[in-house]
Amino acid sequence: MLAILDVVSIKYYLILSAFLFTIGVFGVLFRRNAITIFMCVELMLNSVNLLLVAFSTYHHDASGQVFVFFVMAVAAAEVAVGLAILVTIFRNIHSVDIDDLKALKN
Amino acid sequence: MVNLYVLILAPLVGFLINGLMGKSLPKSVSGIISSFAVFVSFVISSIYFFGFVGGTQAPIDANVFDWITAGETKISFGLLLDQLSGLWLMIITGIGFLIHVYSIGYMHDDENFSRFFAYLNLFIFFMLLLVLGNNFLVMFIGWEGVGLCSYLLIGFWFKNQPYNDAAKKAFIMNRIGDLGFLIGMFLILFYFKTLNYGQLKEALASTQTSHGLLIAITMCLFVGAMGKSAQLPLYTWLPDAMAGPTPVSALIHAATMVTAGIFLIARANFLFSMAPETLSFIAGVGAVTALFAATIGVLQNDIKKVLAYSTVSQLGLMFLAMGVGAYTSGVFHVTTHAFFKACLFLGSGSVIHAMGGEQDIRNMGGLKKWMSITFITFLLSSIAIAGVPPFSGFFSKDEILAHVFEANKVLWVIGSLASFLTAFYMFRLVILTFFGSFRGTHEQEHHLHESPATITIPLVILAVLAVLGGLMGLPEFISHTHWLNSFLAPIFPHAEGHEHMAISTEFALMGLATALAVIGIGIAYSLYVSKQQLPAKEGELKGFAALVYDKYRVDELYNAVFVKPISALSSTLYTIVDKALIDGQLVEGTAGLSMQLGKRIRSLQSGNIGFYLLVMVVAISLILTYVFI
Amino acid sequence: MSLLLITFILPLIASVATFALGNKMAKVLALLFSAATFVLSIGVYLSVAHSETSSLQFTANWIPEMNIHFSLLVDGLSIWLLLLTNFLVPVVVLASYQKSFKNEAALYALVLLMQFGLVGVFTAADGFLFYIFWELALLPIYFIVWLWSENPDEQVRTRTAFKFFIYTIAGSLFMLLGFMYLYVKLGSLDLSTLYSSSLDSKDQIILFAFFFAAFAIKIPIFPFHTWQADTYRESPTIGTMLLSGIMLKMGIYGLIRWLIPVLPLGTAFWTPYVIALCVIGVIYGAIIAIRQDNLKSLLAYSSLSHVGLIAAGTLVLTNEGFQGASIQMLAHGVNVVGAFFIAEIILQRTGTLSISQLGGIRTVAPKFFTCAVIMVLASVALPLTNGFVGEFLLLFSMFQYNTWLAVLAGTTIVLGAVYMLWMTQRVFMGNVNSRTENFEDLKTTELVVFVLLIACVFIFGVYPKLVFDLLQTASGTILNASLR
Repeated sequence: MLAILDVVSIKYYLILSAFLFTIGVFGVLFRRNAITIFMCVELMLNSVNLLLVAFSTYHHDASGQVFVFFVMAVAAAEVAVGLAILVTIFRNIHSVDIDDLKALKN
Repeated sequence: MVNLYVLILAPLVGFLINGLMGKSLPKSVSGIISSFAVFVSFVISSIYFFGFVGGTQAPIDANVFDWITAGETKISFGLLLDQLSGLWLMIITGIGFLIHVYSIGYMHDDENFSRFFAYLNLFIFFMLLLVLGNNFLVMFIGWEGVGLCSYLLIGFWFKNQPYNDAAKKAFIMNRIGDLGFLIGMFLILFYFKTLNYGQLKEALASTQTSHGLLIAITMCLFVGAMGKSAQLPLYTWLPDAMAGPTPVSALIHAATMVTAGIFLIARANFLFSMAPETLSFIAGVGAVTALFAATIGVLQNDIKKVLAYSTVSQLGLMFLAMGVGAYTSGVFHVTTHAFFKACLFLGSGSVIHAMGGEQDIRNMGGLKKWMSITFITFLLSSIAIAGVPPFSGFFSKDEILAHVFEANKVLWVIGSLASFLTAFYMFRLVILTFFGSFRGTHEQEHHLHESPATITIPLVILAVLAVLGGLMGLPEFISHTHWLNSFLAPIFPHAEGHEHMAISTEFALMGLATALAVIGIGIAYSLYVSKQQLPAKEGELKGFAALVYDKYRVDELYNAVFVKPISALSSTLYTIVDKALIDGQLVEGTAGLSMQLGKRIRSLQSGNIGFYLLVMVVAISLILTYVFI
Repeated sequence: MSLLLITFILPLIASVATFALGNKMAKVLALLFSAATFVLSIGVYLSVAHSETSSLQFTANWIPEMNIHFSLLVDGLSIWLLLLTNFLVPVVVLASYQKSFKNEAALYALVLLMQFGLVGVFTAADGFLFYIFWELALLPIYFIVWLWSENPDEQVRTRTAFKFFIYTIAGSLFMLLGFMYLYVKLGSLDLSTLYSSSLDSKDQIILFAFFFAAFAIKIPIFPFHTWQADTYRESPTIGTMLLSGIMLKMGIYGLIRWLIPVLPLGTAFWTPYVIALCVIGVIYGAIIAIRQDNLKSLLAYSSLSHVGLIAAGTLVLTNEGFQGASIQMLAHGVNVVGAFFIAEIILQRTGTLSISQLGGIRTVAPKFFTCAVIMVLASVALPLTNGFVGEFLLLFSMFQYNTWLAVLAGTTIVLGAVYMLWMTQRVFMGNVNSRTENFEDLKTTELVVFVLLIACVFIFGVYPKLVFDLLQTASGTILNASLR
């Protein structure tokens, strides 16, 4: 079997993952729209997933791939809850801009 | 021993009865109870005293119970009854009893009659403790206790704030002296491990003691005596103390309490004799006080103030005697002084009573017409204090001056001068009060009357004593022994070996003293009877006379030097040091610092999640950079 | 032994019961319980007096893994403070009997809880236990000062209570650090371990400062006193009495029991400085008291002056000093409670504590005046009152340390007379004014309080041997440890 890592070497995975993660981080830090932030969080999670899979293959160790399943499951749950909250917030204040969410301050 | 307890406790019981249920007792009863209490003490004292006189009574020295026991310090509550305290007992309870009886008449109209007697009884109790203690600390109980009673009685008419000021002043000035007394006791306790007179005497005899220490101890004790016996510079409370009812002035501020300082020196004479420097100092202070107070007495117009300054002056004379080592003479003068000065004060009380509270002699005059008994007793006592033979004052005063003459001529001159002034101002007082024509208002004149028997009988008894009191100390060339000398010989061992001067010198001194007294009286007579002069009105005196009339403005000086600065210091310390510096800067400053710090750091906690995340990411990046690169 | 435990725990039970049974019963319950505690502590006193070692001890395992024990010790020193506490609490409750407070159940529960804490402080024989009770005693009084203050200005009373709390707890935290260090070094905080420890002098010098911070603030020693006057003034009088009558003694007790004998080398190093501070405090407090117009402030500064002398006397390390300090603690406790009771009565009847607005009370209330004047005389240390014996011994031990310091400290007997008599004159003498003309004389309960206090004044003034006999052993033990 042709090893996939012989075709695309591990360092490209690392670079791609880092790229995706950085996009995620900056998105979380600088975007105001809650849905965008949400998507960026997902992006970060998936960049990590990508790494986990890549290293799993690299080390011939399946536990990394098990981890990915966990992460995906948790992320799915998180998305479900998070989106539900966002929908509720949108119904209440007709906005998902995080700067408008200040009811708990003071 | 039981007798001794009864002697001490009877006045205390009287105090408790009058103090706790005085309000519900009828006036006559409360006066009688407290007089009776003192009378009981007097009877027992007499038994002891005549036991000593007859030689059948041995001194009693007993510890009643352990009072303070801490570590090596063991101080008992102990009593000592010997010839010296026996003599004092007679003065305290005898004159005390007479004054109690007098007060029944004098205080009759006072609303706080029973309280007055309660305080008097309490005073007698503390005075007894003072003279009966067998160590310095028990004496100190009495010492402070009589100070308290003096405070309570000076301020007896408490609605009058100047009287309260006088009371407070007396207590505080005494406290200054007491501090000296206390330090003296600490020195004794520290170096000799005891405060008991007997043990101290033994310790002094058996061990070599540094001379400086003895001087320090005796000086400290003398500071205590200065306060209590109103010597320079702690004398100003005594004239003010005349604010109290007149019987109080007679009992406390003339006959008994103020002589406590003399008693202290007499009691500790073995100690003082070992410190001649202190004795010289005492003699100096005594002489200066005697003259100083006598000059003030010359220009006073308040009948009681004249007597008060006279008391200060006479006390000075007693200290002069103690200072030259003539202990017996000092004690002799204490005794005769108690007689005639008590009589004078009570007489002045009788006059004030008749005048309806008036005390200014410029408004009196000619009172002998109305008050013959008061007049005669007052006159006899004045002759006694002036030092005309053969009245009591002559013998005691002459004896003192003779001893002083031997010791130091300068002091003798000062003492004689004081003595001369005494004769003058006393007769100025007698003449202005009892001779001439009445100068008061018609109302007062209408009110004039001789006082009731409760007042006059004590006067007569005291006058008799004032006349005859000299008999106990007749010079040896008249009677074959000096009775008081031999009576007190166990207390003052050195007095016996005292060398006597030539009889001719003694006679010369006596003659001189008599002449001075007579001249003093003569000047007073010529000024106020022949020339009919009257004391100057307020503000008429000029220059030095005005200064003397204002009592040398010593009170004003003390005010400016001590009272005001301390008061100012108090405010300054409170507002500037306490409030502003310590509390404001240090305490609140520390608090403020943490508040400031909190404010700064708080601004980081903006609540902006984005900011937190940014900080987190940056920090993690930095950490990772640090770890891996 | 069980008697000791019952006496120890009863205030806690009383506190809970008082709180649970509500406002109506609170006053009565508090009085009964505290009186019962006092009776029990007399029993403890008798068994201490009759035991061979003149002490009682109780030890139980608590946290054995860490070598921490629940151990109580009642010796000749503790027993007197135990008696003082358990005597003063019912007296204080009785003194407030006429008055009604809001939420009385809570107030009296706190008072009893404080009693529990104080008894714990005075009997604990393990540092851990001591610290717990030390803090426990602070909490109730903080709430009493804060919530029952009579000052209508919410901000002032919150601020005062908070300042007091922070100030004292800041000191306590230093003590906690000190205990932690000792524990790490010695492996146990048991009193006997501490008394035989041998730390090097550098450690001791630093540790002394830590412990001293706690005690100096509580006593208080100049210049750590500025919480005192404000707190006394703002606090309801029941709190002031507890604070000044008993709580101050915690500091001095701590000094005698937990500092001087534990850190002898540290003590030796710091003694000159601390005594100097104390003597400054003695004079400073007395001078400031002269011009205070608020009666409670005056008493606070006078208290500063008195306790300075006590603290200085203990540091001289003589039997006279320890015993003088001990008996003076008792005397000061009784006298200061009496003094604040006088202030309370005046405040209740005239609505003011300002001395310049009073006058002539003696005319209308002779009984009150008599009681007051006896308390005043005790506080100026007249012989045969309780104040004298202690002051004499303390000044004498100061004298053994340094003559001139003793003379300086001795000025307190003059200055004390100045401010107390000046106060007496302006409050009681003279003519009545509109505030004082209807002043009502003492009611029966008030008279009872005064009679109890006055009895103490004379018993300990005339026959202090009662105290000295028991103290002898305890003071010897402490002195031995302090001079090791």
